[in-house]
Amino acid sequence: MSSLQASHKLLLVIGLAVAIVFPLVINNNFYIDILTLILFSAFLGQSWNILGGYAGQFSFGGVVFFGTGAYASSILMETYSIDPWIGIFAAIFAGASMGALIGFISFRYGLKGSYFALITLAFAEFFRVIANSVEFTGGGAGIFIDHEPSLARLQFQDPSGYYYLALIMTVISLLVAWWLKRSRFGARLVAIRENEDAAKALGVNVFRCKMYAIIISGAMGGAAGTFYAQKFLYLDPPIAFGVDISVEMLLVTIVGGLGTVFGPLLGAFVLHGINELARHFLEAPGLSLMVYGAILVLIIGFLPNGLIGAFSRFGKKKKDNKDA
Amino acid sequence: MLKVTDLSKSFGGLKAVNQVSLNVSEGQIVSLIGPNGAGKTTMFAMVAGFIEPNSGTVMFDGNDITGQQPHRICDSGMVRTFQVTQPFAKLSTLENIMVGAYCRTGNRRQAEADARIVAKQVGMEDLLNKDADSLTVSGRKRLELARALATKPRLLLLDEVMAGLNPTEIDEIVAVIKGIRDSGVTIFLIEHVMKAVVNLSDYSYVLNDGVLIAQGTPTEIANDKAVIEAYLGHGAAELMQKRGNSNA
Repeated sequence: MSSLQASHKLLLVIGLAVAIVFPLVINNNFYIDILTLILFSAFLGQSWNILGGYAGQFSFGGVVFFGTGAYASSILMETYSIDPWIGIFAAIFAGASMGALIGFISFRYGLKGSYFALITLAFAEFFRVIANSVEFTGGGAGIFIDHEPSLARLQFQDPSGYYYLALIMTVISLLVAWWLKRSRFGARLVAIRENEDAAKALGVNVFRCKMYAIIISGAMGGAAGTFYAQKFLYLDPPIAFGVDISVEMLLVTIVGGLGTVFGPLLGAFVLHGINELARHFLEAPGLSLMVYGAILVLIIGFLPNGLIGAFSRFGKKKKDNKDA
Repeated sequence: MLKVTDLSKSFGGLKAVNQVSLNVSEGQIVSLIGPNGAGKTTMFAMVAGFIEPNSGTVMFDGNDITGQQPHRICDSGMVRTFQVTQPFAKLSTLENIMVGAYCRTGNRRQAEADARIVAKQVGMEDLLNKDADSLTVSGRKRLELARALATKPRLLLLDEVMAGLNPTEIDEIVAVIKGIRDSGVTIFLIEHVMKAVVNLSDYSYVLNDGVLIAQGTPTEIANDKAVIEAYLGHGAAELMQKRGNSNA
């Protein structure tokens, strides 16, 4: 919680500068696309991190906010011709409302731990089935989104457009996480994660804090949904409410570091990095997945506090040695 | 300040607390004692809003707070500690105390400043950066106290803050508790360490099997026949009296 050291500040400024000029210097769509995916993943991870990492409420259906947002803005655009730059706010609102709904039902009745994880999974499955069966979501055939690049549609001719959009979203998500680290609300979420009864005794309105956390998480998930739809131009129930994105959100966060500001970003970099490298260097089909899985097991087995935790433990040791 | 009337709670067929009434007046240290399983902690849990009583009322400052949520009770100025310490394990001592301080301020700097003052008051100023799960038993007990104190209560409920401490540590914490009382906080405590109870309390209540069996000043309590029998068994009071007479 200590204030940022000068060296860290410098690192941040350099990191941001590199991120901004990257597409100008490296004019390679392949790399830009990978980086866009990493940032998108980091943003999704941060949305999960606020609820799962800070507040300690592990959801296994984080995708439900993503899907809600994706469908909200896509339906508005394809059916009602409302541009996604407005649609993304509708998506944020829809995601937040979904958060409020699921949060109210779960937290009102005190669902915690694996029960909360299961009910979120159940909600995601529920909406997947619904989206599959009703008319206005396009049913199982999904929604095809027309590609007519313009800023109002949040669609771009050049991949760097998506890259910058993802960068802006990621920076916003980092600011939210940073604010949580320093605010009363964030301290209360962490207190709830560590010990709910003690938090209650010390004047924390546990229900309300959890509700705010899931609403913020939902709002971010909704925004991610719009981004995804505009980038990949296609949406169907398994994408919007399937288990893949739920897993990705919690994976990048857990690998990077739960409840940390930069955990999801670092986790996204490492996981996608390993994935791409394995795919690039290993020719045999399926081998890359095995390597990816093995590395994942190692990270989770040996670094229970994620990569950030490993770094800070190393830093602490160095400091202790200096003190001695 | 605190007025409990006919409070009862049953768990299944067991009457954990049965028709208990008691008063805590402002500025005093009042203790609640009794053998293990007497219902003391259940009593505290009901007063602080953690367990809803089956019947009876809890009045705090003239307001009926029966069945209110713990966080609201804390807001209104009554806070409890836990017998089994409940630290925020992965947070530092300072961060732990700040959670309490945030009860009164939304400002981080203010909360940190308040937390440091409280830490000093309970003698934890050297442990601020330690993780709570690396603290000793004595440290954890102090942390419970510090966090509660950081919420700036007017009434502090202490549930066995001396259990598991050695005599030196007990003396230190007794001094801390007296200091808290002198700063204007009323204290209601559960305690097994009799020396501390006698030393601290202005008034005591004795609970046995969920029923209030005696009340009075610590000296009165120590000589109460019902109390002696509750602790030492039937006939113990007479035995002690006989021995006392023969010694004299």
